[in-house]
Amino acid sequence: MSTLSGHRERPHTADWSLDVWAYDLPSLFEEAARGMAELMDLRLRPGPRSKRRIQIPWSDAEGSLVGFLSELLYLDESEGLGFDRIQVTIHAGLLIANLEVAPIAAQAKEIKAVTYHNLAVHQVDDHLETTIVFDV
Amino acid sequence: MDLKTFRKVSDFEWEIPQTYRWDMRVPVRIFATRKLLEEALDDQSIEQAVNAATLPGLAGPVVVMPDMHQGYGFPIGGVAATSYPDGVISPGAIGYDINCGIRLLASNIEYDMVERQIDSLATALNQLCPTGVGTKGTVRLTTSELDQVCRLGSRWALKKGLALEEDLHRTEEGGCLNGADPDKVSKRAKERGQSQLGSLGAGNHFIEVDVVDQIFSASAAQAMGLREGCLTVQIHCGSRGFGHQICTDYVQDFQSAPKRYGIHLPDRELVCAPMDSQEGKDYLAAMRAAANFAFTNRQLLATSARQAFEQIFAGKVRNFHLRQVYDIAHNMGKIETHTIECREVKVCVHRKGATRAFGPGTPGLPGEYQQTGQPVLVPGSMGTASWVLVGTEASMERSWGSSCHGAGRVLSRTQAKKQVRGEELRKELEEEGIRVRAGSLPALAEEAPKAYKNVDLVVETVVGAGIAKKVARLRPVAVIKG
Repeated sequence: MSTLSGHRERPHTADWSLDVWAYDLPSLFEEAARGMAELMDLRLRPGPRSKRRIQIPWSDAEGSLVGFLSELLYLDESEGLGFDRIQVTIHAGLLIANLEVAPIAAQAKEIKAVTYHNLAVHQVDDHLETTIVFDV
Repeated sequence: MDLKTFRKVSDFEWEIPQTYRWDMRVPVRIFATRKLLEEALDDQSIEQAVNAATLPGLAGPVVVMPDMHQGYGFPIGGVAATSYPDGVISPGAIGYDINCGIRLLASNIEYDMVERQIDSLATALNQLCPTGVGTKGTVRLTTSELDQVCRLGSRWALKKGLALEEDLHRTEEGGCLNGADPDKVSKRAKERGQSQLGSLGAGNHFIEVDVVDQIFSASAAQAMGLREGCLTVQIHCGSRGFGHQICTDYVQDFQSAPKRYGIHLPDRELVCAPMDSQEGKDYLAAMRAAANFAFTNRQLLATSARQAFEQIFAGKVRNFHLRQVYDIAHNMGKIETHTIECREVKVCVHRKGATRAFGPGTPGLPGEYQQTGQPVLVPGSMGTASWVLVGTEASMERSWGSSCHGAGRVLSRTQAKKQVRGEELRKELEEEGIRVRAGSLPALAEEAPKAYKNVDLVVETVVGAGIAKKVARLRPVAVIKG
C-alpha cells in the first residue's frame, strides 16, 4: 500500500467496501469522499462550480467519517449536487469541508448509507488506513 | 472458524453453542445444508451472527436463514428476538432500508393467451413505475400529507382511492404499524421522503412479471388465488431515502448509548439502546413511520402495475384485475408474542433479510390464511424461479416465526460485473423469454443470476427444516430493474 493517499474497492458479498489510506486525517476524509463518489460513478455537469461548506462537530475519527460521508450523500440526494474539489480541515472541535460543487449529470449507483461496520481508523507505519462498508 | 465449530442438529439445522465465544449471550441457530454452511464460511456472515448473539436482553437463539450472506453489523438472513420492553432495540439489526419487502399480485390472465403482449407490458410497467437512482415517485407529498402516510400507512392510500380494502386485508399488519410518530423523524428524512413515494429505486429492487409454473399445495394456492399458467406480479422495494435517513440518524444518535447503558458491543454498527429508554422509544416510533411509508410505497407501485395491466389488457382479456396475494416485510423490528418454555412472552423480533412466516392459526392473520399459514414470498434472481411458501408450526417454535427472504448473494457486485456483461445478460435473458427493462446495464450485471445462490436449494432447506411449506413456484417472463 502506497503511503500517498489512495482508495481501492474491496470485495463484499452484498454491499460495497472501500479501503482508504492517507498520511493524515483530513487527507483520509478527502480520499474517502473521492472513493465514495467513484463507487457511485458520479458525473458532474460541465460549467461553473459553486462553493459549498459542510461543517459537523468532531466526535471521533470513525464517527466523524460516517457523519461527513453521510452529509455528502444527503447533498447528492436532496440537491442533486456532487463535488470535484474538496478540502477538509479539522479545527476547534469541528470538521470543515470546503467543496466545489456542480449539479450531477449522471449517477450509475445509489448508496443507501455509510455504516459503522468494523470501522476503525488505524495508524500503520507513517500513514492512516481504514475500511468503510456502504449499504447499497 | 470451520465446520467443527457447529453442532449438527439435522441435515438442515446447525448450532453454534453459547460457549463458542465469551461474550455470546445465546447460541446461534443456522438453517443450512452442509454445502450452504460451507459456502457461508467464505464471508463474514457467521461471524456477524456470533456478534449479534452478544446483544443484551436476547430472549433466545439468534437464527440465521440459508440465504444468509454478510451484511454490516448483523448478517443478512438474521433474526434476533429481544425481551420486551427491557431488552434492546438495534437500528443496524433492522437495516437502512426499513420495511424492504415483497408484494405479490395474482391474476386470472393465462400467459399462453397473452405471450405476445408481454413485451408491451414490460414497457408499460417501466413507464408507469418510476425506477432508478434518484427518481421521484408518482406523488409529491406536503409535510402534512407525509405525516399522515407515517401514521396511516396503506390506509392513507385507501383514503386517496389508491388502494382496495382487500389490499390492506392481505398486507402484514394491514399495511400500518401502530405507534408510528412522525415527530420522531428528522426534517432531512422528511425532505427525502416527500418526493419519493411511489418509486422503486435502484440496486436489487425490481418489479417482475411471473407465471405460476407449478403448484405444490392446491388448497393454499386456491386460498391465495394462484392459478397455474396465470400471470403474477412481484414488487420488491422499501422505504427509499426516507427510511435510509431515519436509520442513519438513529445509528448516529445511538453511538453514545452503549456507554450510557453499560453495553459492550463487538461492532459499532450493532449499536443499541433499551426499548424502554427514550432513545429506544423514539427509534421504534420513527422506524414504524418508515415501515408505514414502505407499505404505502409498494401500494402505490401496485396501483401503477394495475394501470399497466389495464393499458395492455383492457378489451383483450375479460378480467385483467391484479388481486393482492400478500405484502410482507423482510427488514423490520416487530413486537410479537412467542412461546418460550411454555410461556407466552412479548419480544421485539429483529428481521434483517428474513421474512415473517407465521404458522396456521396465528392471531392476526387474514381469515383465508388461518388454515394455510401466512404466505412467505421468496423472490429468486432474474432468470430463476421465485417461490411462494407458507409458515408452519415449526417456524413458530424454531425460528421466531421467520423464514428465508430470497436467494442470497454469493458474488460481490464487482465480481459479478467482471464475470457478466450487462448487454450479454440482457440478451441471454431475452432468449430465455424474459423481457428486461433496466436503467443501467452495469447495474443489471451486478444482479445477474450467477451472483446469487440457487434459490431452489434455499427453499429445499427451509422446507427440509420444517419452517416453511411449498405452495407454488413462479417463473419470470419480464423484469423491470432500477
